[in-house]
Amino acid sequence: MSGSCGRNPPPFPDNEDQEAELDTRVLDSDEDDDEGEDIFTGARSKPITPTSAPDEGDIFSEEGSYIRSNVHHATNGLHSDEELDLFTEATVELTLTNTTSQGRREIIGPTASACNTTHVPNSILKPSVVTKTMEELEEEESGDQFELNIAVTNPEKIGDGMNAYMSYKVSTQTTLPMFLNKTFSVRRRFSDFLGLYEKISAKHSLLGCIIPPPPQKSVVGMTKVKVGKEDSSSAEFVEKRRAALERYLQRVVAHPSLLQDPDVREFLERDELPRAVNTQTLSGPGLLKMINRASDAVNKMTIKINESDNWFESKLQEVENEEQLLRRLHAAVDSLVNHRKELCSNTAVFSKSVAMLGSVEENSALSRALSQLAEVEDKMEQLHQQQAFSDFFILAELLADYVRLLGAVRCCFEQRMKVWQRLQEAQSTLQKKREAEAKLLWANKPEKLQQAKDDINEWESKVSQYERDFERVTCTVRKEVLRFEKEKARDFKQHIVKYLESLLHTQHRLVKCWEAFLPEAKAIA
Amino acid sequence: MMQEGLDDGPDFLSEEDRGPRAVNVDLQTDATLQVDISDALSERDKVKFTVHTKSTLPNFKQNEFSVVRQHEEFIWLHDSFVENEEYAGYIIPPAPPRPDFDASREKLQKLGEGEGSMTKEEFTKMKQELEAEYLAIFKKTVAMHEVFLCRVAAHPVLRKDLNFHVFLEYNQDLSVRGKNKKEKLEDFFKNVVKSADGVLVAGVKDVDDFFEHEKTFLLEYHNRVKDASAKSDRMIRSHKSASDDINRIASTLYTLGTQDSTDLCKFFLKVSELFEKTRKIEARVAADEDLKLADLLKYYLRESQAAKDLLYRRGRALVDYENANKALDKARAKNKDVLQAETTQQVCCQKFEKISESAKQELIDFKTRRVAAFRKNLVELAELELKHAKGNLQLLQSCLGVLKGDT
Repeated sequence: MSGSCGRNPPPFPDNEDQEAELDTRVLDSDEDDDEGEDIFTGARSKPITPTSAPDEGDIFSEEGSYIRSNVHHATNGLHSDEELDLFTEATVELTLTNTTSQGRREIIGPTASACNTTHVPNSILKPSVVTKTMEELEEEESGDQFELNIAVTNPEKIGDGMNAYMSYKVSTQTTLPMFLNKTFSVRRRFSDFLGLYEKISAKHSLLGCIIPPPPQKSVVGMTKVKVGKEDSSSAEFVEKRRAALERYLQRVVAHPSLLQDPDVREFLERDELPRAVNTQTLSGPGLLKMINRASDAVNKMTIKINESDNWFESKLQEVENEEQLLRRLHAAVDSLVNHRKELCSNTAVFSKSVAMLGSVEENSALSRALSQLAEVEDKMEQLHQQQAFSDFFILAELLADYVRLLGAVRCCFEQRMKVWQRLQEAQSTLQKKREAEAKLLWANKPEKLQQAKDDINEWESKVSQYERDFERVTCTVRKEVLRFEKEKARDFKQHIVKYLESLLHTQHRLVKCWEAFLPEAKAIA
Repeated sequence: MMQEGLDDGPDFLSEEDRGPRAVNVDLQTDATLQVDISDALSERDKVKFTVHTKSTLPNFKQNEFSVVRQHEEFIWLHDSFVENEEYAGYIIPPAPPRPDFDASREKLQKLGEGEGSMTKEEFTKMKQELEAEYLAIFKKTVAMHEVFLCRVAAHPVLRKDLNFHVFLEYNQDLSVRGKNKKEKLEDFFKNVVKSADGVLVAGVKDVDDFFEHEKTFLLEYHNRVKDASAKSDRMIRSHKSASDDINRIASTLYTLGTQDSTDLCKFFLKVSELFEKTRKIEARVAADEDLKLADLLKYYLRESQAAKDLLYRRGRALVDYENANKALDKARAKNKDVLQAETTQQVCCQKFEKISESAKQELIDFKTRRVAAFRKNLVELAELELKHAKGNLQLLQSCLGVLKGDT
């Protein structure tokens, strides 16, 4: 998963990763750099610099060498070395984006600065905030008062033949201060969107965030477009993809922590994005991903967490049920779309046939009525066509998106499982080290004893680290799920209402058609 | 008022019909002879129609009586008209098509097989749907058999036919078995010969403008009606499939809605209910289009064929007449068998003139009937479409009102 912008992904999965959550209140000193990085997304100051990470690396060596270089931010005019200013600005930033987070600001300030100036082992610093209740969490989510509108438009084919690709215009209009301008646009291609997903996923999914999945690749669809087939099916494909890319981006920025991610900002703002090459299906990273997914599936089956409350278990079950049902619903809507398209073409054919019949009919009034009937059927064909369009874009695509989103939610639960697993493994290793020490004591080998004691210390701190991780991920997942559910409810209601309105519109037009026809029919004599 | 027709049809399969049904053709009901199908029963392979007659004619023993008839007996009656030379000059009312429940039965069977893969609600719903479809086909076949009888009863000459009276009155089985293989083969060859002959006869130019025009017109009309009938069937089938999909959507939404009692679930339940109702309306739209449009076109496909048959018979008679004329001329020239040739020629002439006279009237009547039938059905179609669209509109508006009010 190496991005081409110079960042190394976190060694997966045992190393500590940065904290992407704006809202987590559990702080660890070793996390601070990364955390400061994400809390603060001001355009002017900058999250952790490459220089600070290696320092942390010395102390927290067991955490591995996660380096996050934000070289690419330089082009946005961000200063890269303001560590001290970092936290003061962090607090300022919070008030801008979340007015209900007063409490949090105070908390984050002192501990963060403390972290930076003293090298305190993580085991000593305890989180100084109590986990908030669910309601408070929800309130904080709704504090965003800034506007951000994204549109994906103007698909253009660039190049020729098999190397051709579609370029889309991504326009942003916003009042958020973290962006350089209020309105701006860039051109992006499909692999850029996939690249964005890879980057976000690498950073945030390990923390238990629900990452919106990007639109799916389609070799057939794209080949038709590349080859230059200018028919309605390839136009439909491009439109389908454009709409999907737009929804994808809108979901990404609707997520509070993803919005803060500099990669997202760069995607929206930067003129030229380095080509994301790791999105090709059969490339090295691609294969690695597939293998990882397969092993994940095996792991999933064997892990069972002893939970104090079964919120997680029952929620996962709910999610799985819902995914099944949405799949079924999607299949039914898909079938409806196809039958309506069929109805549309059959109606067109019938309309012509009736017109022919009318032209041969001798009785002039009947002949006229029959050609009027042909016209009515023609109008119905257009109505059916529009309705099929609505069926697809309003309903079918919504359902397809949510089937995939629920998959992402499940991944989120899986992440938590993995963190738990890691904790279990650490605990058992600690146990083994303790036993080894006991054995050495018994066998009276003092030279090795010091080593054993060091080992125990190391693993003790790891265990407590992982415990905290698990707490944090649990918290994040819970919050994510609640946020997701709210968004889902809103999305569904909005779309279904829109769909019903489209049905209403169709029926109105139907009434008009037949009302116009009725007097013609009555005039037959 | 909007709900009228939504909950149509009982769930059982045997049909209890009372009174005259709407028929595709506009016929004058005459007090001297009224025929209708008062009841019908569907058994495994066959349908039994109860033919009910009310008559003041002296030919019948009673004024009102009923008999039970099956499809084959209708066909026997129709064929007896066709084979009767006396009726050569009339448009013989087309025979009703055979009751065809195969497709419906197949669907019911498939449903039974797939019972395991769907929820109980879905199964019950689909079963009801299929039973309603079965019932609709049943009603249609009854209507078509009734129309045939009514047409015969309305025809000034055919109503007096003896076979017809036997058909109506004889309360035993008429013992008309279906044609066996040999007879079916004979029929097949007869048809082949007839169509070859038809081409020859059609090629003969008619002296009479009226008939020449009718010939051209009917040929073209028949072809176009055939086309329109086939296309309307396809269109209506797509419509039915779409309404079946809405059914599935409604039941899946219902299942989603029952998963929990959140706001979203309540929302799903309301939408599911709405789709249930609109689905019923859509199904009725498809059914009404079928009755008023597809059936109308199918009927006139058969009637125009009957009219073509009449023209063929007349054409045949004309050819015979012309041949007889030629034969007479030859006989006179040779002065051999002149009398015989003269009688033949006389017979042919009479036959031809008789047919021509009645054919003209028949064809004019056909036109009148056709225009009236189309008018009636198109008006009814438009009215029903409007009614259903308005019904849908009202449902959607009230549901949207509730949904928007909640959120």
